[in-house]
Amino acid sequence: MAALLKANNIQKTFGHGKNAVHAVKGATFELEEGTITAVVGESGSGKSTLARLVLGLLPSTGGTLEFDGRDVTKLSFMESQRYWRDVQAVFQDPFSAFNQFFTVQRLLGRSMKLIEDKKEATERMHEALGHVGFEASDVLKKHPHELSGGQRQRIMIARALMMRPKLLLADEATSMLDASLRVNVLNVLRDLRDNLGTTVMIITHDIGQACYVAEQMLVMEKGDMVEQGSSKEVVFNPQHTYTKQLLADVPKLHGELGEMVH
Amino acid sequence: MRFSGRFYFGATLVILVLLVGFIGPFIVGVDPNASIGGLYDKPGTGPGMQWWLGTDNEGQSVMSNLVYGTRTSLLVGLIAGIIASSIGLVIGLIAGYAGGMLEEILMGLTNIVLAIPSIVIVILLSVSLPRRDIFTLALVIGITAWPWTARAVRAQATSVRTREHIEVAKMSGAKFWSILAWDVLPYLLSYVVMAFVLQVASAILTESSLSMLGLGPSNIVSIGMMLNWALAWGSIRVGAWWAFIPPTVMLTLIAFSLYLVQSSLDEVFNPRLRRGKKRKLVPAASGGAATAEIDEPEGEPGASVGPAALMSATVAEGKDSGGTTQ
Amino acid sequence: MSRLLEATNLNAAYLTPEGREVKAVDDVSLYIDEGEILGCAGESGCGKSTLGNVLALTARPPLYPISGRITIDGQTISLDRENKVPRTWRGEVVSMLPQGALNSLSPTARIRNLVGDVMKAHDAKMGKDEALDRARDRMKELGLPPRALDAYPHELSGGMKQRVITVISTLLNPKLLIADEPTSALDVSSQRALVEMLREMLNQGIMKGVIFVTHDLPLLKSISDRIAVMYAGQIVEVASAETIADNARHPYSTALLNAVLAPEPDTLVKRVEGIRGAPPSLAKPPSGCRFHPRCGLVMDICSAKQPAPVGTDLEFACCHWTAQHPDQVIRVEDVLARNDEVEE
Repeated sequence: MAALLKANNIQKTFGHGKNAVHAVKGATFELEEGTITAVVGESGSGKSTLARLVLGLLPSTGGTLEFDGRDVTKLSFMESQRYWRDVQAVFQDPFSAFNQFFTVQRLLGRSMKLIEDKKEATERMHEALGHVGFEASDVLKKHPHELSGGQRQRIMIARALMMRPKLLLADEATSMLDASLRVNVLNVLRDLRDNLGTTVMIITHDIGQACYVAEQMLVMEKGDMVEQGSSKEVVFNPQHTYTKQLLADVPKLHGELGEMVH
Repeated sequence: MRFSGRFYFGATLVILVLLVGFIGPFIVGVDPNASIGGLYDKPGTGPGMQWWLGTDNEGQSVMSNLVYGTRTSLLVGLIAGIIASSIGLVIGLIAGYAGGMLEEILMGLTNIVLAIPSIVIVILLSVSLPRRDIFTLALVIGITAWPWTARAVRAQATSVRTREHIEVAKMSGAKFWSILAWDVLPYLLSYVVMAFVLQVASAILTESSLSMLGLGPSNIVSIGMMLNWALAWGSIRVGAWWAFIPPTVMLTLIAFSLYLVQSSLDEVFNPRLRRGKKRKLVPAASGGAATAEIDEPEGEPGASVGPAALMSATVAEGKDSGGTTQ
Repeated sequence: MSRLLEATNLNAAYLTPEGREVKAVDDVSLYIDEGEILGCAGESGCGKSTLGNVLALTARPPLYPISGRITIDGQTISLDRENKVPRTWRGEVVSMLPQGALNSLSPTARIRNLVGDVMKAHDAKMGKDEALDRARDRMKELGLPPRALDAYPHELSGGMKQRVITVISTLLNPKLLIADEPTSALDVSSQRALVEMLREMLNQGIMKGVIFVTHDLPLLKSISDRIAVMYAGQIVEVASAETIADNARHPYSTALLNAVLAPEPDTLVKRVEGIRGAPPSLAKPPSGCRFHPRCGLVMDICSAKQPAPVGTDLEFACCHWTAQHPDQVIRVEDVLARNDEVEE
């Protein structure tokens, strides 16, 4: 398996001089094709900034980013248009990620412009809606306020899937959903990996969710990537004190963690 | 959208003013420049509508001057309001959305224009212009009044910029102008409407101040000009109240009604300002298709819940409860 | 152990802008013993926050209490649409720690100003200085730095802010504290600290009982003695935290718990299914058992008759299936079996 995305010492500093905030202090990692990687950390750890760097929505202030063999550290407008055909994202808040004045059709129609062939674009839209369990005719005419939170989030996933992205990034995409809906959305991500070979990067503060979907975990603390490895290693044999503390503080549903590790 | 009584009251006044300005001249039917009597003839000296408010210093009908003057003021206000709002909207939108250097430059420019006392510019411009019709006057007022709108729009656009839907739009390949027009503008349209109403009101007042100083449109009557004549020809000294009271009242009415509409629109667009109106609890009506989402008011970050809501006993009627209406 | 809270037949509704009434709390009865922490769980829109507001007597339009009786530590109040509350109740008998309090502090005022505001809010006999002294003492007792009271909100972390707010909102020693999602904006470490502090406050007798409302089930299990599970405006099950986690007696509780993802070894490999479909609209809830359209154990009676609670005041479940199969364990596969038929 080859690495789809390679980040080498990628950095982001906001402001300068005395007021500089080092949001990401040099992160090096690889995303292997067809796997799910979770970036775990508490608020202020820089995980969302890292997501925006990977998405090309924020310019980095150091380090390099390589996608599919080409350098994507700095992108012109045209280059980013092309990049976003391969890399798509689903964001945290299904309310604010929707333009409330657009119908679903309008929202998806906009993304269709990135696909040259009109007919293919329409086919892909139906296909993408199918992936998330919607019948196109049921939802296209609807405004966001007519959809529930979970439905909205699935529409956002469908929007991202229309590009048939090689990399799908989910930034806290499930944190505002109820437990039951959350597993449904996470299952969609797992199915994408298994059926379409999509590479997925999820950003979450919830180690339980990370554990459920991801093969690889990256742990961030205050801008530093303090630990990375397979989910099994990171969760059940954490090396860094921060990871250990994080795991100790997570409330458990069934007994204590120690008892469960064989 | 539910409008308050204030809105209907304000809107009625505005319509009244519009009727006076645009239908009035046809009803009164007397040329404002024609002399119908002597110096400051009392109201009712002669028959007909043109005598309702007597005559002015040149023996012209005050009634006729008033309705024509109102029309002039409204026209100047509308044109200047459109000009100021358009410039302010474009500059504010770009500055607020683009951010960075562009924002610094545009807002620097705005602040410079804001710092220059606009009345001085307006006076200088009006004096230097070869002829002053209402359009040049409106233009002059418009291009000095836009910074307020620009600042208000920029502040709103900045807050929209951080919404995730902008990032979604970018990643969908939307271009700068498309995002500005479809993803930013609709979110602040209500503010633009309110800013426009304010601009119209303040342009009308500016026009009146200019006219009162004798810098009004040269070939047409306006409310400010009426006041200018009344002052210059000693109407106050001779007690000819009909020469200065009616234009003053009309001017107040125009500004008041517009401000009233603006502030009641604010209430409509911004439910937080709504007064705690207590509606009667209607006994359970037969089931309908209300959504379940009415439940569980979400804690809105930044909502001014304050210490009162923390233990909530003081939260008196009318104090904001932190977003329960969806 | 004596009874702290007896809330019987609570009803409350939201008034929609169209003037329709939507019942968000439907004939709910709830009991708490002294020294208990009761967790309240459910999906968003199930009425759990609303129930918290009704119990804390903080219902405000468009939410109206309709009927019910609340007895806390021997004092009784009857709810009606007028919603008149004796002044001494709020703050001293029952106190609310509302959702989002964290973000609503005035950024220009020191935290200690809040103490004065709160005292004023309750017509408390205690003076401002006395209250501040008490706040400082209490902070010390709970292991918090008293100087946090002199800080501005931005100088404190979210977790510290929430703990200080909790201390201040319990200064008048309410018998019952109702905490509505107090931890949802906090990191796990701050969550844990807050939860530990609440337990400590209960031990010190600052309050006699806590109702903790959250959608975070693992957290609920770690803090609660008992958990009440709400669905569509009703309590469907109340049981000890262990029972809910390992052997729930209502299919909805079982399915909900099944969807919880914890960092445990089998989470790495198992596949979990959520409950298909969405919770019903409260404006027109399903007939009979409200969960029946989504339940795999559904029987004919479920859509016809509302199930009565089986069990005691403190532990019961409202389900026809468990009433008929008292000794059988609910299998989550059976509950989710309807998945294919249910349309969203």
